[in-house]
Amino acid sequence: MATKSTTAEATRASAEPGTLTLVCVLAWALPGAAHIWLGRRQKGIVFLVVLSLMFGIGLVLEGRIFPFELSEPLVALAAIADMGMGIPWLLTRMMGAGAGLVTAATFEYGNTFLIVAGLLNFLVMLDAFDIAMGRK
Amino acid sequence: VISHFAYLALFALLVSIVFAVLMRDDPRQQLRTAGVLFAGFLATAFVLSWLMYPLPL
Repeated sequence: MATKSTTAEATRASAEPGTLTLVCVLAWALPGAAHIWLGRRQKGIVFLVVLSLMFGIGLVLEGRIFPFELSEPLVALAAIADMGMGIPWLLTRMMGAGAGLVTAATFEYGNTFLIVAGLLNFLVMLDAFDIAMGRK
Repeated sequence: VISHFAYLALFALLVSIVFAVLMRDDPRQQLRTAGVLFAGFLATAFVLSWLMYPLPL
């Protein structure tokens, strides 16, 4: 018990604001990258593979990367969720992919995969932050 | 093109894996938790499907 709390205190003491920011940016940019950097290799690799797969499946299923339209709150929320995927989301937008095909039978499935992949990566970011803070 | 159920199962499987890895540290426990979550997702889908069955489309 004493050892565990000492380790947590030591990690917390080393968790400087700059390091924490780097962890969060890394976790956002590439799913699982922060976990790998923090020494949780197995978790990081699983997040990288599974979340990238979800994002890829979403695109294959003709899902849409939603634009930021503040006039339509639900579209704006979906855009924020999509943004959670970091670099894959950025690359997709830059390449002009992810337009979505609203007439496709799988359109809503694709959207679900894309949105949930982004939201799950936000959770992964929080987990990486907790690890960096020494809470886990 | 695969069936709607297959998409549901695939989605449930991937989400279950992420949640299990987030919640547990030991690989064996992660596998068990992922299995339980996946089964829960599928069971919920079946129950909801049957509850909605009488509703007109």
